[in-house]
Amino acid sequence: MIWLIFAFGVWGLGWWVNTRLAAAPRTRVTGLVVPLIFGITLIAIWEGVVRGLEISPVLLPAPSMIAARFVASTDILWEDFVQTVIKGALSGYVLGCGSAFLVAILVDRYDFLRQGLLPVGNFVAALPVIGMAPILVMWFGFDWQSKAAVVVVMVFFPMLVNTVQGLADSSAMQRDLMRTYAAGYWATLLKLRLPAAMPFIFNGLKIASTLALIGAIVAEFFGSPIRGMGFRISTSVGQLALDLVWAEIVVAAVVGSAFYGIVALVERAVTFWHPSQRHS
Amino acid sequence: MRQSVLPVLTVVAGIFVIWYLASIWLNAAWAYDKATRSGEELGVVALVADTWSQEKPKLPAPHQVGVEIWDTTIEKKITSKRSLIYHSWITLSATLLGFALGTGLGIALAVGIVYNRTMDMSVMPWVIASQTIPILAIAPMIIVVLNAVGISGLLPKAMISMYLSFFPVVVGMVKGLRSPDAMQLDQMRTWNASPSQTFWRLRLPSSMPYLFTSLKIGMAASLVGAIVGELPTGAVAGLGARLLAGSYYGQTIQIWSALIMAAALAAALVAIIGLLQRVTLRRMGMA
Amino acid sequence: MIVEQLKDATEFHRVEPVISAKNLDLTFQTNDGPVHALKDVSLQIGKGEFVSFIGPSGCGKTTFLRCMADLEHPTSGEITVNGVSPEEARKARSYGYVFQAAGLYPWRTIGGNIRLPLEIMGYSKHDQAERVARVLELVELAGFEKKYPWQLSGGMQQRASIARALAFDADILLMDEPFGALDEIVRDHLNEQLLSLWARTEKTIAFVTHSIPEAVYLSTKIVVMSPRPGRITDVIESPLPKERPLDIRDTPEFLEVAHRVREGLRAGHLDD
Repeated sequence: MIWLIFAFGVWGLGWWVNTRLAAAPRTRVTGLVVPLIFGITLIAIWEGVVRGLEISPVLLPAPSMIAARFVASTDILWEDFVQTVIKGALSGYVLGCGSAFLVAILVDRYDFLRQGLLPVGNFVAALPVIGMAPILVMWFGFDWQSKAAVVVVMVFFPMLVNTVQGLADSSAMQRDLMRTYAAGYWATLLKLRLPAAMPFIFNGLKIASTLALIGAIVAEFFGSPIRGMGFRISTSVGQLALDLVWAEIVVAAVVGSAFYGIVALVERAVTFWHPSQRHS
Repeated sequence: MRQSVLPVLTVVAGIFVIWYLASIWLNAAWAYDKATRSGEELGVVALVADTWSQEKPKLPAPHQVGVEIWDTTIEKKITSKRSLIYHSWITLSATLLGFALGTGLGIALAVGIVYNRTMDMSVMPWVIASQTIPILAIAPMIIVVLNAVGISGLLPKAMISMYLSFFPVVVGMVKGLRSPDAMQLDQMRTWNASPSQTFWRLRLPSSMPYLFTSLKIGMAASLVGAIVGELPTGAVAGLGARLLAGSYYGQTIQIWSALIMAAALAAALVAIIGLLQRVTLRRMGMA
Repeated sequence: MIVEQLKDATEFHRVEPVISAKNLDLTFQTNDGPVHALKDVSLQIGKGEFVSFIGPSGCGKTTFLRCMADLEHPTSGEITVNGVSPEEARKARSYGYVFQAAGLYPWRTIGGNIRLPLEIMGYSKHDQAERVARVLELVELAGFEKKYPWQLSGGMQQRASIARALAFDADILLMDEPFGALDEIVRDHLNEQLLSLWARTEKTIAFVTHSIPEAVYLSTKIVVMSPRPGRITDVIESPLPKERPLDIRDTPEFLEVAHRVREGLRAGHLDD
């Protein structure tokens, strides 16, 4: 009962503080503090409700329990991280995005190919490509190679479509200007079209960063050696060790945001001139 | 639009050619293996014929998948457990339920975020951050936990679909509801319009293009959610279950037919939204 | 009827101007320090006047107009519209505002766009239809009611947006560079139409522009403003007659007024 009151109290307090902060003029500090308070409030309510209603840890472990489990099993989490993120997601990401980029440049040279591939690429990007996972697991075995393959298949088309669109983004006037300089294909590509395509390319890279992690984790549901985040999640769920599942989810969340954040940081450095970057 | 028909057809034809060639290449090893065991010499024609008609090929040829789909849809009764339509319906119902719930909740939250500063500042950063998180990873847990409290069948899968389609709708709708520019909002002010008048006559109509774009993303995500949600249920029914069962027993043709079916389902659902989008936006004069 | 008469009677006795600003100051706080958008601005606009505000960008002419419309709030000083605060005037819907862009909703027909403020203000269906027809006639767009904005030229769109501002019978029209985005030939035509519309409706018009010929051609009073800080440097009463054909712009009187405006603008720049 006390815990429930605690939960409601924290909720009320958090909301009250945030309302006060939100009413004040928006600054960098309030922009950071308000969501932080909200997040902490949520965790406190979670803790309070779980303890107050005595919810079985088999259903929903309390945050404190998850944190304890996290600290206690860093070695397992690290092993899974290396297996899934470094070996599976990252290698697939580099391979998939890299090959899509090269194919895009190739496709871009031929108008016919571009017209044909763009709709098909857009179509494939909307399909549940993740379903390819069981097939790729059969082809490439249980280890990380098959996970990387799933990631390659998942990130390829979004990256391709974005790059091709980006390469077509330079205006006719800018291209005419390059012509007046008698610039050849490669000079135009390097000096004008690739820089102009950067916002699109980074958009593709950001979408791909999220997809890569999803692909690597879900592919492990279809079979994997006895390590990896997806493997740990599916087996721990079976053993009702939900605290470990949540710990893995925390890792996944942190890795996902960090991955995205890094790409976004690089983007900001590369495309500082683009209007979408100038304001923020 | 019309001028890209030929290129698109060419690309699609190219994909089929590559598919057939790949199935020769991938299945050749097994074909040679069989031939050596029975002591036969394998000519080119025989090799091609064999690789395109194996029972458990590494990569089934397109026509094998086509035949399998034909057999399991048209030839089977819909009620049969082996009917692909039956499995598709299981997945589709979860997808649609989850999509409807996710869209409704997403729009509601977006309205809250646009009209309440506290909510905007507290919730919005988390919604954006959650897009970078592989939330699909919690699918198995949701299924098992909901099963433990006695909820099973359609609802747990729909919950995952809802969860996945929810975030793109929130983000898109917040963008859409904020899309009227300062001039249009000032104009409403000069007419002394009430907040609800501004909402119904300006913000909501302005948000339509954004809504449809996020509905398409949400629908695709919702289907993925339903399929992944079917993985941990012990492979009972649904397209995800067919994928999993196929991978257990090496039934590659079954996997591919389920996969193609899922793709067709996704394409159809997104196309329906696209159609609605075109009709609505055209009637609104925005397309 | 009685209300009309009462209104006429009060109008007769009222001496205060339609818009009156006294020592208006407005400072924006920006990252580069405070910006004085308006400094010590005082002005009176009488009923039925056509007042133009002219000056280089940043001189506060639009800000001043937005103060009248209660879209911007002065830091200090006093401003009244129809004898009350701008906020009350806005709530009483006593002015129509025309923005630089037509700002028509693409999902509504021309008629639907003009009906929009009427719907918001709660006019009856019958009344709405009548008013739409009337203002469309007024801006010479009759017959375009069922067309969508994107089916019309830029000039016609701007006329529709003026019709929209006229639809609810506000006696003040606030116009912020309404023809700024149009080419000169269309602009001439619209200026002519605006004058005849003003003569017929006897509205009070405040008009922001950065074109000298436009200001001189349209106005009974030209307010010259200058930037940093935004202030009024000259107020010119136009000696031109109310009846103004387009070729009045070649008369010596016209050129003289234009000259004075140009001098005023230059003077404002001298202390830069």
